Amino acid sequence: MKTYLKKALLSAGALALTATMAVAADYPERPIGVAVSYGAGGATDFQARIVTMVAGNEDILGQPIYIVNKPGAGGRKGWNWFATEAEADGYTMSAYNIPHFIAQSIKGGVKYSADSFEPIANWGADPAVIVVGKDSKFNTMADLIEYAKANPGKTTTSGAGLFVGHHIAALQIEKACSCKLAYIPTKGGGAAAMKAVIAGEVLAGVNNLSDAFRAREAGNVKILGVADLERNDFLKDVPTLKEAGLDVDNSSVNFRGLMVKKGTPPEIIEKLAKQVPLMFGHDRVAKRMKAGGSPMHIMSRDEVKAMWAKRQETLAELLKGL
Amino acid sequence: MEFLGYFGGVFELKSLLLLFGGTIGGLILGATPGLSPTMAVALLIPFTFHLTPTQGLILLGAAYTSTVAGGAVSAILLKIPGAPANIATALDGNEMAMRGEGARALQLSFLASGVGGVIGVLLLIFLTPVLAQWALQFGPSHLFWIAILGVTVIGSLDSKSFVKGLLSGCIGLWLSQIGYDEIQGTERFIFADALTGGIHIIPALIGLFAIPQVLDMLAKGRSKVAIETIEVPKYSFLDSLRELIASVRALSIGTVVGSIIGLIPGVGGQIAGLVAYDQSRKFSPQRDKYGTGHAEGVIAAESANNAMVGPSLVPLLTLSIPGSPTAAVLLGGLLIHGIFPGSDIFDKHPQVVWTFINSMLLGQILMVIFGIYTAAWAARIARVPMPIMAAGVLVLALFGSYSVQQSMGDVHIMLVMGIGMFVLEKFGFSAAPLVLGLILGPIAGDYFTNGWMIAAAQDGPWVYFFNGPLNLVLIAMVVASIAYSFWSNMLQGKARKADREAAQ
Repeated sequence: MKTYLKKALLSAGALALTATMAVAADYPERPIGVAVSYGAGGATDFQARIVTMVAGNEDILGQPIYIVNKPGAGGRKGWNWFATEAEADGYTMSAYNIPHFIAQSIKGGVKYSADSFEPIANWGADPAVIVVGKDSKFNTMADLIEYAKANPGKTTTSGAGLFVGHHIAALQIEKACSCKLAYIPTKGGGAAAMKAVIAGEVLAGVNNLSDAFRAREAGNVKILGVADLERNDFLKDVPTLKEAGLDVDNSSVNFRGLMVKKGTPPEIIEKLAKQVPLMFGHDRVAKRMKAGGSPMHIMSRDEVKAMWAKRQETLAELLKGL
Repeated sequence: MEFLGYFGGVFELKSLLLLFGGTIGGLILGATPGLSPTMAVALLIPFTFHLTPTQGLILLGAAYTSTVAGGAVSAILLKIPGAPANIATALDGNEMAMRGEGARALQLSFLASGVGGVIGVLLLIFLTPVLAQWALQFGPSHLFWIAILGVTVIGSLDSKSFVKGLLSGCIGLWLSQIGYDEIQGTERFIFADALTGGIHIIPALIGLFAIPQVLDMLAKGRSKVAIETIEVPKYSFLDSLRELIASVRALSIGTVVGSIIGLIPGVGGQIAGLVAYDQSRKFSPQRDKYGTGHAEGVIAAESANNAMVGPSLVPLLTLSIPGSPTAAVLLGGLLIHGIFPGSDIFDKHPQVVWTFINSMLLGQILMVIFGIYTAAWAARIARVPMPIMAAGVLVLALFGSYSVQQSMGDVHIMLVMGIGMFVLEKFGFSAAPLVLGLILGPIAGDYFTNGWMIAAAQDGPWVYFFNGPLNLVLIAMVVASIAYSFWSNMLQGKARKADREAAQ
């Protein structure tokens, strides 16, 4: 009786195994959803729609990708949903934003951490930049830091929320200059934070490079510095914060990419990790992204894994004692 | 008059087809419960990948204008407001439909939308540079006062009793505080995962308006009387037009309020309809008729929410700041084609921008034509027997709230709010003040904390919130609105007392 049961269990297991293998070989059989933790019209949503537009091509995935917006609580709602409720079958992916979700998981109160997800590939990197209004008295980072040192806690600096790239950049600047800013998180994302700078409600702001670039093209802001290791191709004339004498690295750069839930069959992850970078690298995607002023930075699954691990370390250090 | 030169672009065959497609598609998407204009435009963006920038924007422009108006259809016929903009439309519109006057309500709502919408777009065409600077004047303190101004009308909105209106407004304000506070980084009242991001306004709207009505229908459904259907008489287009012209007061109040509110970034069209509705009632000699199926209510609300469309694009086109969620999606539509909005957009890409604006202008007119054409047969939905109607509305409510974010949590929120509202309605509370509280709570709260943080780094909150002409004007309006409420309440009390004495 016992052996019979064992046999039955074994064969059931084998059956299940062949079933998953078959699933992986045919994957994907139907359209794939990508959950975006931010609202329609935001930078993440906008870019996710562009980079997934050629998924249906036969040489990419052969099935289209559609976007589901699950905005709320600075991305926590969408990622909580993804970590707890989504199916780990490869038909639901999520867009990730680094450093946002790692910083949130370090601060606690959420149901995910970097270990809850498996990265697939990275499509973009949007560094944080420091902006001031076009008529501002500040022309360089040095001017701004000098003012901040003379007036501790009075340099109002807008950014899109707490524990997002903008906030991390502001924290790093404070640490580097050992001075105190007044970080003002705005609701309504980078657009609201940018509006506060243009309208002169705040003295300075941290914002996305892509949005700041456009705002400068429109003649509304000056860009004082880029929180990245190297100057950016879109803004060759703007120094990095390091060049401006502040010890700030690229921890605040907003990396965007796709991930699946932990527990997704390895064959599916493998297939996605191979095909998705091809999708990101497609000519039409590159053309649209460039037109929209969105910097691309394609990274493979292994590169993203290493990047996540590094962020986890630096952010834990930076957020300690906050 | 530069825009006239670019009308040619709209009248090319392909553009014209897109305009038709965008308008009809927009009306259908807008009338679908749960699909807000923002989502509808976001859904259409991938289609523009294969079009030229000009053609893509014709599609988006036409769809934007008609989805806003399309929301009135489900608001009037099913009492499911398609978007926050259509809440006020449901108040009187649905009462009219229940009397069998759905065709009249729909025709009036489309005509009012058209008038408001065309004027709004004309403002966008002629006054953009002036208005752009004005839109920038509104900082956190001003937006806080505007939200408070909205709160002052809560008590008088669609409620027989002032106190009950205030109470349901307070419930709404409390519900609006649920969720993670992104500015202070704290959690409030999150007892279930679905509430992490707060209560999403669209499932809440569907629950608050549709569910009590469904339960009412089901409760009545077993009696023979209720199974009898409502006669839907035909209502001629010319009569509607005549009626619209006669209601010029409601129409102009709606248009003016909608245009002004549309211009203010961050407040958006969510409250335009409700504020216009309330204002037009205050100025109307027949103010008691509002809420009982009065045509002026529909006219004011619909002219306001379409008048807001044009001005809401002013900050987007000139400053690259999207003033509303839909404008944010449209920004994406522009960027995809490499068009960066900014003060020089009219010089750099005149063809694209003017064709876009022209398509919105023509879209408004086409929307009126299609809307009126379909109104007569759409209104026949009132002839559906009540139990079937109740089942149908329930199905739409479930689908609608699920489809917003593909989340069962939203469906649960919708059902809980709906059942709660059903009970509250039995005690004489109504949904409109509650919804207004739900919308205004986050606006008031977030701009207050934001303003407070900025003030703390400057000269302190007193100076920040109570100084400057714009703050003072807004405060004066708040005070006037409160005083008016008390005054009219006292007058009503006196009148009632006089009635009682006369009766004795």
